[in-house]
Amino acid sequence: MATVDLRPARKPADYKSEVKAIWCPGCGDYHVLMSFTKAFAELGLPPEEIVVVSGIGCSSRIPAYTNCYGFHGVHGRSLALAAGLKVTRPELTVVVASGDGDGYSIGGNHFLHACRRNIDMTYVVMDNHIYGMTKGQPSPTTEPEFDTALSPGGTGLRPFHPLVIALASGANFIARCFSGEPNETASVLVEAIRHPGFSFVEILSPCVTFRPDEKEWKNLVHPAPVAPTSDPGKAARRIMTDDGFNIGILYRGDRTPYQPAVGQTSVELAELEKDFER
Amino acid sequence: MEESHSVSIAIVGSGGAGALTAGNFLLEAASQAGWQGLLTRTVGPQIRGGEAAALVRLATHPVECLPDRFDLLIGIDWLNAHRFGAEIEVGPHSLVISDPRGGDLPPDVAAAGARVVEIPMKEMAKAIPDGRANMIALGIAARLLGLGADVLAALIENRLAEKGPAAVAASRTGISAGFDAAAGLDFGLRLAAPKAKSARRWLVSGNDAAALGAIRGGVRFAAAYPITPATEILEWLAPNLAKMGGTLLQAEDELAAINMIIGASFGGTPALTATSGPGLSLMMEALGLATAAEIPVVVIDVMRGGPSTGIPTKSEQADLNIAVYGFHGDAPHLVLAPQSVGDCLFTTQWATYLAEALQAPAIVLSDQFIGQARAAIDRPADVAFIGQRLKATDIAGAYQRYAHAANGVSPMAIPGTRGGQYTADGLTHTPRGIPTSGVADHGTQLDKRRDKLDRFAYGDHWATIEGTGDLAVITWGSLTGTVREAIERAGRDGMEASLLAPRLLAPPQPERFAAALAGKKRILVVEQSHGAQFHRYLRAHYDLPSAVRVLNRPGPLPIRAGEVHRAIMQWST
Repeated sequence: MATVDLRPARKPADYKSEVKAIWCPGCGDYHVLMSFTKAFAELGLPPEEIVVVSGIGCSSRIPAYTNCYGFHGVHGRSLALAAGLKVTRPELTVVVASGDGDGYSIGGNHFLHACRRNIDMTYVVMDNHIYGMTKGQPSPTTEPEFDTALSPGGTGLRPFHPLVIALASGANFIARCFSGEPNETASVLVEAIRHPGFSFVEILSPCVTFRPDEKEWKNLVHPAPVAPTSDPGKAARRIMTDDGFNIGILYRGDRTPYQPAVGQTSVELAELEKDFER
Repeated sequence: MEESHSVSIAIVGSGGAGALTAGNFLLEAASQAGWQGLLTRTVGPQIRGGEAAALVRLATHPVECLPDRFDLLIGIDWLNAHRFGAEIEVGPHSLVISDPRGGDLPPDVAAAGARVVEIPMKEMAKAIPDGRANMIALGIAARLLGLGADVLAALIENRLAEKGPAAVAASRTGISAGFDAAAGLDFGLRLAAPKAKSARRWLVSGNDAAALGAIRGGVRFAAAYPITPATEILEWLAPNLAKMGGTLLQAEDELAAINMIIGASFGGTPALTATSGPGLSLMMEALGLATAAEIPVVVIDVMRGGPSTGIPTKSEQADLNIAVYGFHGDAPHLVLAPQSVGDCLFTTQWATYLAEALQAPAIVLSDQFIGQARAAIDRPADVAFIGQRLKATDIAGAYQRYAHAANGVSPMAIPGTRGGQYTADGLTHTPRGIPTSGVADHGTQLDKRRDKLDRFAYGDHWATIEGTGDLAVITWGSLTGTVREAIERAGRDGMEASLLAPRLLAPPQPERFAAALAGKKRILVVEQSHGAQFHRYLRAHYDLPSAVRVLNRPGPLPIRAGEVHRAIMQWST
């Protein structure tokens, strides 16, 4: 017998708030917002059962632009906040939005431990290789020779490799997207949200103001040539050696998500004090 | 032999010698026999090879502070005991039991003129298979205090059962040997018989009591990053939250811990973390977020010597400034301080209730002294403070999460509630929750967050107010019991003084404070902080009479009731 889907059909517009999105004209993040709402509509989730959590930076403005519950917290700590929310409310869909400064620099430690903890949530990092909101300082993914006021002549430092770090730290789903392909990105987000455990989606999202050179990205990106693997060794080799513009799902793991049992009381409150009775 | 209503015993040894184990057994046996008591520990930061002392005070009445000096000091060894210095004071009437092979008496002890009796505890222990000198020490203490051998034997049977019959036998033999060795000794003191033991006696630490108070107040989620001396709160919560359908997450650092509890609380689950000074410093930014986004959370700070790593294992009251003033921006929040081991339960429960009622962060300032002390007390009375958050349910139209209602508290929509979607934000926001940098919105939201705390009826729990007389001793937190005892002693000496100890430190309560001080002419402020932080806090928020004296000292040397008593007596008009 065929099952009938009784959920109301949802449109991307159902997930947009009344707040007008403000990014620089041409910013990749507009497309990411579009991908979010498309993905939510595709999943058919009631907006009140989704929470979008963010930190600080251009990317982190996204919760208020959705019609979901949102949390726009402090710089770098969105993953920790989301962890506390998800383990206590496992029935909610939790999506965390971040950027390369928020997620990889100030929030770097939480990134490692969120991957390791493998709580069922989706982590989206809009990576533009620059601090945009503070006007153009180098981030952990900025190229070594990129000249800025804070790093005259470039940092000289090797960029951070977030996908490899996610894999080594235990993320259960790893993908790379390009903001200029919102439909493809939406499809990946749908799969990331459906996949159990911690899903990490890096979205290359050009900064038109401080990185006009990133307009070239649309010519560099290309679909990953092979299907996603569930073998972390294979995935590590591919991610380490690709050109950084391989787009698609790169790794699907099968680790069991971390979710303690909550909501089931096994003793009366008055029992607890027996510990102290002598 | 003199009968006394309070006797104090210190058992000292190098780390690993078992001094704390012996002290714990002594307290528990005395509690079972009907006495009340307090065990505090003073240790170095090392796990093994440092110094450790169990300081036990037993009495026929509730014990909420240390004695001025110890009646009985037992040195299993004196290897590192000199590091305690004045923390373990003995006098000419004290009895010191020393092992001839335990090293030299510490200079402070030798100079005190106490009677010293040598008992070869180590050698006696060697004669017993698996024997340990700390059990000999326990036997000696028990005999001198008049504790029955049967009470101790039953206790050992019970507590060491899982270590097997050999361990039980070794301990019992050791205790008997100690009993026999102390048989001919004249202690000079006898602890008066206990009053009828109440039906429900507790043996509890302040940290465990605080954890139970949190759960009773409604906490069902905790985030944990270990730090001395707060870790026991988190360790008690881990299994007990699970029993109550909640959970605990170990965080990667304190920054994560505070954000985890904000996330859980945003989701509707009352949440808590526990830390000490350095951890509280790391949490300050997110506490500002909890204030701005109006998310209730509870943070227990079990204060230790600071700043920086300071003295992690010893007590101080020097985090008052950061707790009250450490937030960036104008950020009204709650600060409370428990006043005894038992009060850790009430104050944490009340803090949870207030945080939930006011949708604001609450900091509970406990300290190492009451946090890690174990007290034998009558079961604290039940209180009705159970967290009740005002929630938005039937929502029609555009939900105004941050509308400034009359009392400042606006209904909070919990994720999953249809039509309640909003974004909790650390940015200044409109009543709808939308970011703004407008003059009017900023002012309205600052007013809202101030008004909700100022307009709340906190009731009589805001402070402990006792006694009469025109001299008021004002103190806070764990020193309350010490000051109470000093005032009682002064009363016996014909000098009246009253006690004022605010439990609610923020928001300040100027009207209530002024009423409590009506008619007072002289103020003695007592606090354990080098910078007299509490005195400055009082000056900032309250009017004091012109005659004010301050008795303050940093940790780790506790302020004794005798010192406060002297300060009161010296100020007779």
